[in-house]
Amino acid sequence: MASGETKVMKYEPVIGLEVHIELNTKTKMFCRCNADYFGKEPNTSTCPVCLGLPGALPFINQQAIEDCIKIGLALNCSINEKSYFERKNYFYPDLAKGFQTSQLVLPIAIGGWIEVEDAQGKLTKIRINRAHQEEDTGKLTHRDGQTFIDYNRSSVPLVEVVTEPDFTDTFQIKDYAKKLQQIFRYLDVSNADMERGDMRLEANISVRPVGQTTLPNYRVELKNINSFRFMAQAVEYEIARQIEAHEKGEKLVQETRGWNEDKRVTYVQRSKEEAHDYRYFPEPDLPILKMSATLINEMTKAVDTAKEKDPVKVAEKLVSTGMSLASGASIARNPIKLAIFNEVQKEKSVLDMDWKDFGNFIANREINEENINLVPELTKKQLSDFQSRKSGLISNSKELEALAQEVIDENPGMVDIYKSGKTTVVMALVGGVMGKSGGKADPGKVKAILERLLG
Amino acid sequence: MKLTLEQVKKVAKLAKLNLSESELAKYSEQLSKILSYIDQLNKVETSKIDPTYNVTGLSNAFSPDEIRPSLTQKAALFNAPQQDKGFFVTKGVFQEE
Amino acid sequence: MDITDLTLTQTIKALENKQFTEAELNSAYQKRIGQVNSSLNAFLEVIDTNSGIPVGIKDIISTKGIKTTAGSKILSSYIPQYNATVIDRLIAQNVSIIGKANNDEFAMGSSGENSAYGPTKNPWDLTRVPGGSSSGSAAAVAANMCVFSLGTDTGGSIRQPASFCGVVGLKPSYGRVSRYGAMSMASSLDQIGPLTKSVADARLVLDWISGPDEYDSNCIKKRLTTNDSRFTKSLKGLRVGVPKEYFGVGLDPEVERVIKAAIKQLADLGAELAEVSLPHTEYAVATYYIIMASEVSSNLARFDAIRFGSDRGDFGAEVKRRIMLGTFSLSSGYYDAYFTKAARVRTLIKQDFEKAFEKCDVIVGPVSPTVAWKLGEKVDDPLKMYLMDVYTVPPSLAGIPGLSVPCGFADGMPVGLHLLGKYMDEDTILSVGEVYEQATKWHQEKPKL
Repeated sequence: MASGETKVMKYEPVIGLEVHIELNTKTKMFCRCNADYFGKEPNTSTCPVCLGLPGALPFINQQAIEDCIKIGLALNCSINEKSYFERKNYFYPDLAKGFQTSQLVLPIAIGGWIEVEDAQGKLTKIRINRAHQEEDTGKLTHRDGQTFIDYNRSSVPLVEVVTEPDFTDTFQIKDYAKKLQQIFRYLDVSNADMERGDMRLEANISVRPVGQTTLPNYRVELKNINSFRFMAQAVEYEIARQIEAHEKGEKLVQETRGWNEDKRVTYVQRSKEEAHDYRYFPEPDLPILKMSATLINEMTKAVDTAKEKDPVKVAEKLVSTGMSLASGASIARNPIKLAIFNEVQKEKSVLDMDWKDFGNFIANREINEENINLVPELTKKQLSDFQSRKSGLISNSKELEALAQEVIDENPGMVDIYKSGKTTVVMALVGGVMGKSGGKADPGKVKAILERLLG
Repeated sequence: MKLTLEQVKKVAKLAKLNLSESELAKYSEQLSKILSYIDQLNKVETSKIDPTYNVTGLSNAFSPDEIRPSLTQKAALFNAPQQDKGFFVTKGVFQEE
Repeated sequence: MDITDLTLTQTIKALENKQFTEAELNSAYQKRIGQVNSSLNAFLEVIDTNSGIPVGIKDIISTKGIKTTAGSKILSSYIPQYNATVIDRLIAQNVSIIGKANNDEFAMGSSGENSAYGPTKNPWDLTRVPGGSSSGSAAAVAANMCVFSLGTDTGGSIRQPASFCGVVGLKPSYGRVSRYGAMSMASSLDQIGPLTKSVADARLVLDWISGPDEYDSNCIKKRLTTNDSRFTKSLKGLRVGVPKEYFGVGLDPEVERVIKAAIKQLADLGAELAEVSLPHTEYAVATYYIIMASEVSSNLARFDAIRFGSDRGDFGAEVKRRIMLGTFSLSSGYYDAYFTKAARVRTLIKQDFEKAFEKCDVIVGPVSPTVAWKLGEKVDDPLKMYLMDVYTVPPSLAGIPGLSVPCGFADGMPVGLHLLGKYMDEDTILSVGEVYEQATKWHQEKPKL
C-alpha cells in the first residue's frame, strides 16, 4: 500500500457522510409499540403494523417528527414547509413490509451546515444536504445456514443526516461524529450510543487530483461499520487504496465496501451492476406533512433552550465559578454530577461555599449512580462529605505522627526501598496513613511527617 | 410500448417473482398490449398539472407518542411458517444487513 | 314470512318486536346457506353462529381467529391475530360473522373468477359471473345467505357485483371508512363498504362502520350526516347530472334502455336533469391501471413467507400480472412517463367531477356497460376485462362516493343505477337512492334458486 508524502500531495479525498440516528421516542415511528427493544425477548414488542401483517396501516409518531425538525434546526437547516413520506421498495428479511417508509423528494430538513476541526485545528464548514425521517428494520442473526429474525426493532424511528462531500480527512470525520453526538444528546432526541447502534455512520469516498473542482465519476460507499475507530481506519485505508489505484492507472468503480477488522482491509459488498432500483413513490397511506410557522418557531425555541445544555457552554459556566478547566469539563459531561453541583448552588445555607474547592471535589468523586431522581439524596451526602472533610481534617501533629509511625512499623520492606534511594515509595506510605485516618488527613502534611521520621 | 423478454425478466427479478419461461413469454405479450393501451395517456397535456397521490386533502395526521399494547410473542409468531425460540426463521441470508 | 327475505332495518325491528329470536334468525340463515352455498360458492368459510345479526364479510378483511385468505393460495391457512376496525365496529352493533365471502384474489378482478378457491356463480343465472371483486359478498346478499355483507371497492369492486347481482352496493368516499385490517390492494383507492338489501340498510351500515380511526391516517374526522330529509317522497329541487361520456360506444343498448328509463323516473319524481361532461373519462382506465398496479406491487411485497403465508409463486396469474405492471411503472427510467403521468391525469379526472358538480347534486349513469357475462367469457383477455371498469374507475380515482341501486333488468339479468355524489356527500346519493327505491321496488326482486 503506497502512502508517501509526494503521492498524498497529488490527490485529495472527497468524503461525504451519512449518519443514521435512532430516536429515543417512547413508541415506534408508525405504530405505538414500545420502541425500547434493547434486551427484550424477541418479537415481544411488535404489532400488525411493524410486523407488516396484511391490512395494517402506518400512523405517524408526532414526537419523532418534532425531533427530526429539532435536529434539522440544530444543524442550521431550513425546514421544508411541505414534506412527505415515500416508500423505498426492496426485499430483505429484516424489512417487514417489503419497503422502508422514508423520504426522498421532500425531506423534513434541507441545506444546513456545521463547523468541524481538522488535524491542524482549522475550522471548516461542512454543508448538510438533508435530515430526513425514516424507520429502522428488524434484527437478523445468522446461525447454521439459517436466519433468525426479531422485529422488535422494526419501525423504530431513525433520522438520517446526509452531508455534502466536504470532508477531506478523518480528523474532521471524528470531530463531526463527536459534535453530532453532543447535539443529539443535548437535544435529548437520542442516546447516540454507537456501540448500541443508536448512531451509525456511512461514508462515501472518492479521490481526485488536487486542483480538480468537479466531483469524481465514482464513489465508494463504506457501510455497516459500528465504531468511530473502525470507520476512521476504513476511510484511511480507502483513501490509500484509491490513490494507489489512480497512480497505477486503474479505473475505480461505484461500489459498496465493508471493513474486515481482522485483515484490516475494506472489501466489496455490492458492485454497481447489482445496485438496487428502489422504485420510490409517495406513501399513499400517509397524508403529507405541513410545517406551520408556529410549529417551526416552537421548535426553534426548544432548540435554543436545549443548546444551553451543550457541554461546552456548561463547562464554561462551571469554570467561571472558579473550578479548574478539567473539573468543569468533567462535570459538564456527567449529568448526575452536574445536577448535584446545580442543586448545591441553589441552597442558601452554602453561600460562603468555596466553589473552586467544591467543584474540584465533585469532579474527582466517584459517583456511579445513574438515576436522576436520587439527586437530592446524593447532594446531601456529597455536601456533608465535603464539609466534614474540610472541617474534620486531623490537624493534631501528634496524632498524625502516631499514625505515621504505625505505618512505618507495619511496612519494613518499603522502608528499606525508601532508604535504598527510591524515595517515591513514600507515596504508598502516605496512602497507608490516609487510609488509617479515614481520609481525614492532609496528604501534604503526612508526607512531610513521614519524610522526617524516615530521616 | 413493447416490453422485451429481457425487460420482463428484469421486472420479475425486481418484483421477486420466479416466473417460468412460458409465464415470461405470456407477460411480455400481455403487458406490451396493456402498455400500448396505456400509452394513450401521452395524448393528454399535463405539463402544468400537479400529480394527485392522495385525495383527502389531509395533512399532519399524527398520533401522540404513547405506548399501546403490542401483540404477544405467541400471536406475533402464530402464522409463521418457521419459528424457533421466539424468532422467525428463514433460509440463510449472508449479504450485508 | 321467510326471515332471510328481510332487510337489515326490518330484521332489527322484528327482533325488537320479538317476532323471532336471534337464534331463530341465525338458524334460518344457516339453513339457507346449507341449501345454496354449494352451487354458488359465495362463502369460503361458514361460521356456526346462533346469536347476533348474521353478516358476510369479504375474505380480504381481517377477522381475528377466523381464516382470511383474500381468495389467494398464498394465505390458504392464514388466521389473523387482529380484527379490522370495521369488524370491531360491527361486533359493537351486535353483528355476528356467519360467512367469509369469496372474492377475486386480493380483490383483483371484475368477475369473481380470479379466486384460488373457484369462481362464485351469479344467483340469477348460475352460468354467469356475479361480478367482482366482491363476488361472494354480492351473491350472498342476493341469495339471502346473510342480512348484509361488507365488500371492498378499489375500482368498482362493490358497485359492479351489486349491479350484476341486483343488490344495493355503496362505495363510500375515500377516507370515510377506516381501511385498517382490509388487506391493501391500492392504498389510495381502497374503501370498505356495504352490500345490502335496501338503500336504508346501506345508510345504517355506513353509519356503523364509518368515522375517524387512530389506525388509518387517511380517515376523515368529520362524522357522517344522516337522515337528511330534504328528499323523502319527491326529488323536487334535486339537480341530476347526466354525463354524455357514460352513454357512448361500448354501452349495451339494453342496459342503456334500462338506465335511461331510470333517469326518466328520477325526472318524474321531480328531479331536474342536466347534461354534464366528464371529458377525461376515456383516460380513466389507463390511469387507474398504472396507479393501482404500482401500489399493488408495493403492497404485496410483504408476502415473503416469513411472518405469514406461503411462497410468492403461490400468487395467481392476475396478481402476478399487476405486480409486474406496477413494478415496471415505478422502475427507474419509466417512473415519470407512467406513474407520475398517471398521477397527473388523475388530477384532471378529479377536476372533471368538481366542475360537473357545480351544475348538479348527483351524477347518474350505468355501473357497467353490460350485464353479467358468461363464466369464462373474458378470462383470456385481461385488457378486455379491464375495460369493463370504465364507469366505476373514474369516481374511484376522484375519491367520491358511488352507489349502485337495482333499476331493472336487461336480458333477464339485473342492472344497477350508478349514483355518484360529491366528496364526503354520501347523504345525498343515499337519499336519492331511497326515494327511487321506494318508487320502484326493483330491490324486492329476488333470484329463484
